[in-house]
Amino acid sequence: MTTQSAPTTTAAGKYRFRPGLIVAWTLLFIGGIIMITPLLFMFSTSLKTAGQVYDLRLIPAAPTFDNYIRVLSDGRFVRWFLNSSLIAVVVTASCLFFDSLVAYTLAKFDFAGRKLIFLAILSTLMIPTEMLVIPWYLMSSKLGWLDSYWGIMFPGMMTAFGVFLMRQFFETVPNDFLEAARVDGLNEFQIWWKIAMPLVTPALSALAIFTFLGNWTAFFWPLIVTTDKDLYTLPVGLSSFAVEQSIQWEMIMTGAAIATIPTLLIFLFFQRYIVRGVMLGGVKG
Amino acid sequence: MLLNQTAAGAVQKPRAWDWLSISTKQIVWAWTFLAVPMLFFTVVRFYPTAEAFYLSLTDWDFLRPANFVGLENYQTLLTDPVFWQVFRNTFAYLLIGTPISIVLSFVIAYYLDRIEFGHAFIRALYFLPFLTTAAAMAWVWRWFYQPPPIGVINSLLGAFGIGAQPFLRSVDQALPAIMVTAIWAGLGFQIIIFLAGLRAIPATYHEAARVDGLGEFTILRKITLPLLKPTTVFLVVFSSIGFLRIFDQVYNMTSNDPGGPLNTTKPLVLMIYQTAFSSYQMGYAAAQTVVLFLILFAISMGQLWILRSR
Repeated sequence: MTTQSAPTTTAAGKYRFRPGLIVAWTLLFIGGIIMITPLLFMFSTSLKTAGQVYDLRLIPAAPTFDNYIRVLSDGRFVRWFLNSSLIAVVVTASCLFFDSLVAYTLAKFDFAGRKLIFLAILSTLMIPTEMLVIPWYLMSSKLGWLDSYWGIMFPGMMTAFGVFLMRQFFETVPNDFLEAARVDGLNEFQIWWKIAMPLVTPALSALAIFTFLGNWTAFFWPLIVTTDKDLYTLPVGLSSFAVEQSIQWEMIMTGAAIATIPTLLIFLFFQRYIVRGVMLGGVKG
Repeated sequence: MLLNQTAAGAVQKPRAWDWLSISTKQIVWAWTFLAVPMLFFTVVRFYPTAEAFYLSLTDWDFLRPANFVGLENYQTLLTDPVFWQVFRNTFAYLLIGTPISIVLSFVIAYYLDRIEFGHAFIRALYFLPFLTTAAAMAWVWRWFYQPPPIGVINSLLGAFGIGAQPFLRSVDQALPAIMVTAIWAGLGFQIIIFLAGLRAIPATYHEAARVDGLGEFTILRKITLPLLKPTTVFLVVFSSIGFLRIFDQVYNMTSNDPGGPLNTTKPLVLMIYQTAFSSYQMGYAAAQTVVLFLILFAISMGQLWILRSR
């Protein structure tokens, strides 16, 4: 647990041990517990009956999964869960493929207009999604994309952030490798897919984390483009469910827990990659 | 899929293809790879951007055809008291939320960087909220802010003998209450980025400074903070943009009266949402999105300017 943080220097090399560190450690630990308190209460309450909600003890007196059974049994949450999974997976796959293809082309090919295209793509980072939703909505209603998976997904299928991030990594791939593959008779698509892509896997995993998380938690556009409850994503579905339940907090907490559990599980399994990926994406991107 | 087809098509004509020079082949490949993405960026990013600007100059309401009205929407906006209230709210989120979250995350990262025992575990505690869904956690916080005996925070305050606070029901407390939620959700990301920045500073700098007899505070002020400037600028901009675009938390925490009480929590994006998708005043909403864009543009330019004048 202690030495998982890989980065360049260890704390020991940089600082001397001082008793003040024990105070700092204690304060940081208390702060950390406060940070996860909302999550603890959410899970705790999701295991309580309606009568126990007012009892604010963190460990439920008689924990029960009844709320989960009730929330999941009418099938809506299952549906929303599958919708969100499908959308997040497809959009992430598309971004990994297209963003890195564009990034590779811009980093490794020599052709007129290369800089211009890069700047044009980069400039879209300045445009907030909120500015585009009205034209997207108009476009979706004209083309019949309202209330469809494609309607929810299409704005995110490629991102300027991904192109920008991946380009920086493809630039570090040595040209000799690509030239050697060319001599071996691979075509340009194969060179990208078989030679260049495996060399940038850390960047790809960073991009995958950001894209998946962004789409899993996305709220604004899915809220706008869907009115059919069967097509809601988990956050939008949860929001409508919570309004409907009004003061049944144990049910709302159960719904919130169902929306939160997948990303927390992924984090527990891939903690190192995720922290490293966020550092990579945040610093380079 | 489309890419494979065009690529295969080019290969099927070996004779014409073989005549091409290597650099010409490269150009053909490059444009083959870029064809679909360029189409995407044109249709889904560039054209809608231009359309948003155009729509902001019309009275389009989704039913009747749009009429060009010039700057009328902007004039309406400037005389709309709700807009000014929303403008103040948005900047309250931004100007209070950003400094608090930056200072908090820096202090936490600064000390976390020195800790070896349980480092990854404590880091994980701070990072976990970043992985949650804002819409879901908004409901957890909403429950926290309920009056006693339901609300956790009020029950806690009661235990210390402090009277019940109205939180989300109060025109003064609702905005800060929502802001706390947003700071909480973003803190983990900022801490991780600050940690990466701190780790990138070579240990030799600190050792040299210590040999010269500098105290920890002087090292922080003269070495760490200046070297951390690019990271800090990035996070200030990232965080400002986040607060400027706040929506999920406000929408979910005030769903019985979105942006209430009395519009005191309503941010610009929620106003855009209501203008466009509740009252279908698309032209007027487009003008509001242009205002959002201009603010974002100014912040981004500010970032470039600060980093250049280094």
